[in-house]
Amino acid sequence: MKRVAVIGTGQTKHTKARDDVSQTELVREATTRALADAGITIHEVDAIVLSNMELFEGRALPEMWVGEGAGGYRKPVTKIATGGTSGTSACIAGYHQCASGLFDIVLVVGWEKHSEGATQTGMALTDPLWDRNVASGAVGNFALSISQYVAERGVTPQQAAKIAVKARRNAARNPNAHLQMDGITVEKVLESRMLADPVHLLDMCPQSDGACAVIYAAEDRAKKLCPRPAWVRAAVTRHDQPYIGDLDRRLVTMRTLRDAAREAYQRVGISEPLKEIDVAEIYEPVSYAELAWYEALGFCAEGEAGRLIDDGVTEMNGELPVNPSGGVLSTNPVGASGVIRVAEAAAQVMGRAGDHQVADVRLALATGYGVYAWSDVMILSAG
Amino acid sequence: MNNDTMNNGVIIAGVNLLFNYAAGEAASRFLIALRDEKKIWGTRCPSCQRVLVPARSFCPRCFVDTTEWIEVGPTGTVSAFAPVFHLADPSGFGNPKGLSAALIRLDGADTALAHFIGETDAPQIGLRVVAVFAESRSGHILDIAYFKPA
Repeated sequence: MKRVAVIGTGQTKHTKARDDVSQTELVREATTRALADAGITIHEVDAIVLSNMELFEGRALPEMWVGEGAGGYRKPVTKIATGGTSGTSACIAGYHQCASGLFDIVLVVGWEKHSEGATQTGMALTDPLWDRNVASGAVGNFALSISQYVAERGVTPQQAAKIAVKARRNAARNPNAHLQMDGITVEKVLESRMLADPVHLLDMCPQSDGACAVIYAAEDRAKKLCPRPAWVRAAVTRHDQPYIGDLDRRLVTMRTLRDAAREAYQRVGISEPLKEIDVAEIYEPVSYAELAWYEALGFCAEGEAGRLIDDGVTEMNGELPVNPSGGVLSTNPVGASGVIRVAEAAAQVMGRAGDHQVADVRLALATGYGVYAWSDVMILSAG
Repeated sequence: MNNDTMNNGVIIAGVNLLFNYAAGEAASRFLIALRDEKKIWGTRCPSCQRVLVPARSFCPRCFVDTTEWIEVGPTGTVSAFAPVFHLADPSGFGNPKGLSAALIRLDGADTALAHFIGETDAPQIGLRVVAVFAESRSGHILDIAYFKPA
């Protein structure tokens, strides 16, 4: 197996509606920027992996219609779909393609144009027998699990709101982010409209239009092409049962993420993630989820997540900055959201994160979340 | 007929399609029992011994066929709930008025059923509930209208 590194990333400006471009053109924007960042042309790309949500824009076979925007003309092009995890899963698949030795340079592109579809319908067009008529799309579905997490861990609405504030303030330093809210406060989050108790509007991620691309190169090429590549040290994906009634207190236990993180840490030799990891870009679709992920990722003991945010440990100036980009709470073009996590983690290692750069990043973590049925974990490093 | 329109470079297009989903043997029997007998059934995994509800043909964890049908409920315990005040899209999905989304661990079951609770202003984890069946039933998960405090 070959060593593989990210040598370039590219994102569009993420926003509520990009009516000025088609999906194909949106994908081309991110692709072009990633190629420029890597200092290569499309002709040097050996294979392409795409990521996009099924049916969110009401269009089947998105990879067929949009692949040419990623430069797929006469190249090996595949699409990966694992729900919300699709973007990180596409990054893991692209890594596998490169690490296998079959391809030297692999491009991964994820995108979504939520403005073109009815996302709530997309979420509800799930299992027609058991879920569709009794689950309430994303928000109610989260709220069900949050009721169990709050009952068990005792986290407060204020602690969750602090997560929402951290994300949007960080996003204010990220020119690509969708929701940039420098003036947001805990009070404003708690005063925002209640969607599904205890989830307020500002506790939830937005729906965004955007695309993001990541370029991998195998060892020799990576060293030639990039002064400080972000080496892939671990790439792990885990699947679990999809039916909400089958998983015991799924937000509390978060088995997929717990298992994927444990395996990734083992591969890299990480025993104290909070101390050893320099920055994390985690897929937090709702403020409460970030608290639960702190526990699942081993950043703190079980039940200590509220204290972590109270003490500012995961703020930009804390011991382990979590989501300097503003995360999914600030930017959520779903098919791209996982790719953005990997791109942001890589940019931090490469020293190319601009105004939201964390100093001296050697080890970065990226995660993906696909309801509770999937979690992905990738670890990137400077050496 | 083409009803597509164009507004400032954005094409507005709709589709109206029907789909035919095979429920499979276990789910069919489960849904027919809701419709004809107002009874809720699970299936037991011969390996882990869990009673799975809704009934299914194999245990996803042990990957073996289920072998035994067990009647569960109609009483159970709320294990999660979510009052939903807002629906992001008027597509018709979501909670009927006055109901909360809930997970209910039916008596005799080892998994929870995703459904609704009603006739209470104070849903909480641990609340004992009982199924209220719909007057008109069609072999559908909503043949149980909702659960109410027992």
